[in-house]
Amino acid sequence: MQQHTLAGLAKQLQDGQCSATELAQDYLGRIKADTTNSFISVTEEIALQQAKAADERRAAGNAGLLTGLPIAHKDIFCTEGVRTSCGSKMLDNFIAPYNATVVEKCAAEGMVMLGKTNCDEFAMGSSNENSFYGAVKNPWDAERVPGGSSGGSAAAVAAGLVPATTGTDTGGSIRQPAAFCGITGLRPTYGRVSRWGMVAYASSLDQGGPMARTAEDCALLLQAMAGFDQKDSTSAQRDVPDYSTSLNAPLSGLKIGLPKEFFNADLDGQMASVLQAAIDEYRKLGAEVKEISLTNVGLSIPAYYIIAPAEASSNLSRFDGVRYGYRCDNPKDLMDLYKRSRGEAFGEEVKRRIMVGTYALSAGYYDAYYLKAQKIRRLIQQDYIAALNDVDVIMAPVTPTPAFRIGENTNDPVAMYMEDIFTLSLNLAGLPGMSVPAGFIGHLPVGLQLIGNFFDEARLLNVAHQFQQVTDWHLRTPA
Amino acid sequence: MQWEAVIGLEIHTQLATQSKIFSGASTAFGAEPNTQACAIDLALPGTLPVLNEEALRMAVKFGLAIGAEIGKKSVFARKNYFYPDLPKGYQTSQFEFPIVGKGEVEIELEDGSRKVIGVTRAHMEEDAGKSLHEDFQGMTGIDLNRAGTPLLEIVSEPDLRSAKEAVAYLKKIHAIVTNLGICDGNMAEGSFRCDANVSVRPKGQEKFGTRAEIKNVNSFRFVEKAIQYEIERQIDLIEDGGEVVQETRLYDADKNETRSMRSKEEANDYRYFPCPDLLPIIIDDVYIDAVRQTLPELPDSRKARFMEQYGLNDYDASNLSAYRDQADYFEAVAKVCGDAKQAANWMLGEVAKYLNQNSLDIAQIPVPAANLAQLIQRVLDDTINSKIAKQVWDAMWNGEGDADTIIAAKGLKQETDTGALEQVIDDVIAKCTPQVEQYVAAEPDKRGKMLGFFMGQVMKASGGKANPGQVTGLLKSKLDKLC
Repeated sequence: MQQHTLAGLAKQLQDGQCSATELAQDYLGRIKADTTNSFISVTEEIALQQAKAADERRAAGNAGLLTGLPIAHKDIFCTEGVRTSCGSKMLDNFIAPYNATVVEKCAAEGMVMLGKTNCDEFAMGSSNENSFYGAVKNPWDAERVPGGSSGGSAAAVAAGLVPATTGTDTGGSIRQPAAFCGITGLRPTYGRVSRWGMVAYASSLDQGGPMARTAEDCALLLQAMAGFDQKDSTSAQRDVPDYSTSLNAPLSGLKIGLPKEFFNADLDGQMASVLQAAIDEYRKLGAEVKEISLTNVGLSIPAYYIIAPAEASSNLSRFDGVRYGYRCDNPKDLMDLYKRSRGEAFGEEVKRRIMVGTYALSAGYYDAYYLKAQKIRRLIQQDYIAALNDVDVIMAPVTPTPAFRIGENTNDPVAMYMEDIFTLSLNLAGLPGMSVPAGFIGHLPVGLQLIGNFFDEARLLNVAHQFQQVTDWHLRTPA
Repeated sequence: MQWEAVIGLEIHTQLATQSKIFSGASTAFGAEPNTQACAIDLALPGTLPVLNEEALRMAVKFGLAIGAEIGKKSVFARKNYFYPDLPKGYQTSQFEFPIVGKGEVEIELEDGSRKVIGVTRAHMEEDAGKSLHEDFQGMTGIDLNRAGTPLLEIVSEPDLRSAKEAVAYLKKIHAIVTNLGICDGNMAEGSFRCDANVSVRPKGQEKFGTRAEIKNVNSFRFVEKAIQYEIERQIDLIEDGGEVVQETRLYDADKNETRSMRSKEEANDYRYFPCPDLLPIIIDDVYIDAVRQTLPELPDSRKARFMEQYGLNDYDASNLSAYRDQADYFEAVAKVCGDAKQAANWMLGEVAKYLNQNSLDIAQIPVPAANLAQLIQRVLDDTINSKIAKQVWDAMWNGEGDADTIIAAKGLKQETDTGALEQVIDDVIAKCTPQVEQYVAAEPDKRGKMLGFFMGQVMKASGGKANPGQVTGLLKSKLDKLC
């Protein structure tokens, strides 16, 4: 199946080689034949309406760069009139009366929504196995996971079901599945993209971002997604730069830092050599590479797995069976309503994190857990700020290994949490990061992680784009 | 044994903003259930709070009014507990860093003495919705109109020592927030409500006794009764060898008693933590000073001014300054009529009486201040006498027009024509021979008292319109001529 980029399709539309309607029909056909379970909902009717409107807009001479281009949203972004399930039985019947700001902005550009992509329940997971709608298969190997929590978004792009998707990244949920599926994903700086209408997992860590084949496509999509939103108090009041114009800046003199805490003897040998080869490409492009240290980064997993569950335990309290969502049959009384509605509708991992978070916030434990974790969080952020004073971009692995097998880690939550070891610290610091296809181990793709300074997405996109001008890993497609 | 009560109040004042504290939905009272609850108030997934800046401004205003420290960095925290009328499963409140820190207010006790009561803190928070237990066939209805209404919770130090002190403090805070215009003060609608923490200890003992919290009492009278009941209950309990347990109690106004609602063991662990959806509120001196500029004159200083400027006594000044609308009305009347003492008498007399009889608030008074001022002027310029003035007042209250219109329409103008008055007096003297004879026979120093009878007869005969001063002079000279 032929794979297209947003930029390539935009040109075809501009040149009149195809219409938005034809594009939508083509992709809807691909989704119908999908075997990866990437979609929870397919919005054919809306897609064809939006495509028709996009064609009319183009005919009227009002088309923008993204007008008529297909997109799918992670099923954690609210969509007016279309179910937003969050991959959970709890919201299997939930239809929001509003659009997430991200959804609204993409629609305003004239993008065509094909559907809602599968994900781990409430974005909690690293394999997309925690979905009420079933696991997603990695397009590179149907027995392996696509990563998570934005697994459906990554797999859909890798499988050529849609040229680009939105994802969310609380602890690596854009970068890890992008790496596992061999696509490009960007998690923006906290506050760059509005969280309005993006169902919260851990509010201080959640951030939406683009997932696509190339850095250029991520730049196009981020351009539409980013910006201050008065409906989100934590969104940043900063101008959005033009991400496409800086893509072609040369990298000579670029300072790259490699954290010694990541590139150590524990790193898988094959992973290390793929990443070294990629870093060598950067040397060839004129970059200087030096070792740096992020002293406290080793504490990210315990700190993250206190803070994120603590916030989640509170964020998910609203799912109580009273106003919307799942309600158990014939509740005896109020307590029974709460216990059974939540007990029957939440999956194991969600319950586990609610329990952990509730415990961490409890009287007598708050100081030892939550407060301590917040202190560690600040230390990790300071490490990053110091390092980024010295280098322009930090490079790191995204994952310890390529995609693992479906079921391999399901009985060992701690092993599953260890999957996030290279991605979590960036969320704690609030920094932007990318996963860029950097090679293969066997038949499975490997990602290189780029970490930049606050609101320096333009630089990350530039660094990724230049790499993609001299490599073709991002153009490889599964058989 | 001599017992001493120790009382602290937590007062919830509903801030008088147009919209809710974190959403744009209206805060108006009395709408159809759930018609004033938007997606944010319903806690639909993906919705986020944005602070209503007006609520912040009002909270700062209160802090400045009681001379409290203003939190330049204040933080919203989540208070987590499950309840059907708490849509998010947590209440967004302030915990560690409130907007208003330590302050104090002075209360006046019945014996005229004064006492300073400490305010520990005041913090912003959102109200919950309401659970409706009637009319749902054994189920509970939820009305979320009130959910997200901004509240300022004002927490006092345990400085209060009696139910009366507690009520004096409560009234003081009520007067402050209503004067500031940050709360409508309507207790029946729940805009101003309070929880009381009550304990007792042997007089002289330093250590506090175990306290019980009485929830949500909604009138000044009930607050006093509930606290009084609770004090007596605790003393009786201890004297009978029992122990007070820390618990939440509910006041039943019908039975005048407090009843246990939940004990400490059943209390929630609220798991407070800073709300990650709202950034800390940072305010600076420029902001605080700008709010300070908008502070109205508060009751204490207004009272002092009333005594100084209008020569009112302590009691009248106190009464007239407590509520802004009333004080404003009084001042408007006093300014136009030019006689503050008369204005004060009218305010505390007929105005208060009519408002009371009709259960109206001064804000709803049907007589404009200018009309009352005109009425007072007509007494002062002898157009009518004070008795007729009450008749005119009644007519004004009933919407019959302003004082001059009513006086003209009803022909109530005072009779000052000496010839006409003499005629009336001569008629009375002619009719009342026995009384005239008694008058003449009386000792000269007793005659003054007897004059009242003739006055009454003359006023009656003149339809109340005779000028009493004139009548007195004429009567006296005519009667004395007979002696």
